[in-house]
Amino acid sequence: MPEPIIAVSHLSKIYSSGENETVALSDVSFSINKGEYVAIMGPSGSGKSTLMHILGALDTPTKGTYSLGGHNVESMTDDQLAEIRNKQIGFIFQAFNLLPRTSALKNVMLPMRYAGIPEHERVERAEKFLEMVGLGHRMDHTSNQLSGGQQQRVAIARGLAMNPSLLLADEPTGNIASAQAEEVMKIFQDINDQGHTIVMITHEPDIAQHAKRIIMIRDGKIISDKPNKQKRVGNIEIHKET
Amino acid sequence: MKEYIEIITESIGMLKLNKLRTGLAMLGIVIGIGSVITLVSLGQATQKAVQNQIESLGANLLTIYPGSQNTGAVRGAAGGATTLTNDDAAAIKSSPTITTIQNVSPEVQTRLQVSAGKNNSNIQIVGATSVYATVHSVTIDTGSFISDQDNASMSKVVVLGPQVASDLFGTSDPVGQSVRMNGVSFRVIGITVSKGGTGFLNQDNIAYVPLSTAQKQLLGHDYLNSIALEAKSADEMTQAQNEVGYFLLARHKICNPAQADFSILSQQDILNTASATTGTFTALLSGIAAISLLVGGIGIMNIMLVTVTERTREIGLRKALGAKKHTIITQFLTESIILTFTGGLAGIFLGVVISYIYASLTGSLFVVAPESILLAFVVSGGIGILFGWYPAQRAASLQPIEALRYE
Repeated sequence: MPEPIIAVSHLSKIYSSGENETVALSDVSFSINKGEYVAIMGPSGSGKSTLMHILGALDTPTKGTYSLGGHNVESMTDDQLAEIRNKQIGFIFQAFNLLPRTSALKNVMLPMRYAGIPEHERVERAEKFLEMVGLGHRMDHTSNQLSGGQQQRVAIARGLAMNPSLLLADEPTGNIASAQAEEVMKIFQDINDQGHTIVMITHEPDIAQHAKRIIMIRDGKIISDKPNKQKRVGNIEIHKET
Repeated sequence: MKEYIEIITESIGMLKLNKLRTGLAMLGIVIGIGSVITLVSLGQATQKAVQNQIESLGANLLTIYPGSQNTGAVRGAAGGATTLTNDDAAAIKSSPTITTIQNVSPEVQTRLQVSAGKNNSNIQIVGATSVYATVHSVTIDTGSFISDQDNASMSKVVVLGPQVASDLFGTSDPVGQSVRMNGVSFRVIGITVSKGGTGFLNQDNIAYVPLSTAQKQLLGHDYLNSIALEAKSADEMTQAQNEVGYFLLARHKICNPAQADFSILSQQDILNTASATTGTFTALLSGIAAISLLVGGIGIMNIMLVTVTERTREIGLRKALGAKKHTIITQFLTESIILTFTGGLAGIFLGVVISYIYASLTGSLFVVAPESILLAFVVSGGIGILFGWYPAQRAASLQPIEALRYE
């Protein structure tokens, strides 16, 4: 019996502004096991981003329960959530969200700083992850000196820095060119092969095809949840940047 | 400890990232604190200067001025009267009922043209006796002051203030040389030490001659312009004022004190009048300083609010990466403290330097009030820290996703 890392049951999120109520998620239940590679698909406004933010402990559900690695997230305090985000979750944003005018190395070191890891170890680990995403030669470049694809790879290295059990990616290829998107997918594949659980949001079927399981969402409800039978393996051309 | 050093280095790093933003925030604090310190110190320097000059006129001093004389229904001009005489002065000195006075200095004053060779100058001439120097704390630089012998023999001798001496004789030693006043030649017997002062309080542009010589040779009358009295101690000033007052009323045969033909002013009275004048000036400057503090405070508040609110997304990102609320607040508070303290120290430096430059340019006193530094520093620093902390704590309380979405 594989152990679930994410267990979501009857999850709802309702945004209310004045008299208008917008249902972003309604009664969503599913679970994701350790080592899975899941793509969540859906048109814009389907509630997939909201779901992602709740899974990333960045937002709280209106109703329902969310258990992450066996811990109930909705009963946690603000600081406990911060610790969960720090240690359990690596979050990759669509807009990268790097600290501006700060070097790639320092950006990757940031979550480790909040975990209280000593500085020399932070540098060591950040260098290791930046080399892994192919940016070993750009560590001292600040975020505005890097291309979109490079920034996304810094963000991935930052997401991996704390060795999280769960890597969440919100449209990881949404803001980068398609050639670079393939590189990012290759990195995700490698990470998944190392045993990391990956959940990513995308609206591009091409990208979703890299995952092992695809969950389709529409109007805040899951409309399909099945393994990806056409998973493409080994036919990706990698353009390593030099 | 190591953690604090890391927080401080990190904060300095963040402040250096946006130099313009940091510079502007700091400028607000520098100007806020600097202007308050400068304005307050200008006001205090003026007040202190006036006070020092009045105090240098002599200690425990009472001065009797002739009052207006009433002849029937006609009231004469105050100060222009001829009601004080040498005999009054002598009587006060020898009276057994007056116990609180130790020195009596009868004086006359006039302005005259004084010449020596080609040089001449219009100065104040004081007719004095030997006690004048004691009563008014006049000290002699070279030569000697007027003696009792000079007065008794109506000698034509003069003691010059340092400014008169240099105006008339340049760098050469005036003692032993002669000057001319009203066509009469006077021998210079001494030069006084500079007392400073400007305008009507200038005590260096003055010359002293024996009282008897002044009355007979220069003025041609025998009444006095004033009698200066030195009380035995500061505590007995009021008693001395009363004793002398009643003594003179009796001597002048006046029953109603309201009809007195003289007035007695203590140095404190003069000081109070002057303080009231300079106090108005200081109050005005303090008002301007208060407005500067308010405007500076609002400036600091604005720039800190904008600076920190602009970084709401950054706060959201830090939270998303696992920063706890107190970690974020500590970081922003540290940044605000470094910013306000650096700006505050620069502001104090600026204020002190401007006050010093002003003092040396105008020759006035250099006074810096520690309480103005403290007030400006506490108010500006407090505002800087409060408005660095408040928006940061508000942003840190948001859900990370709300802070990240903040535009």
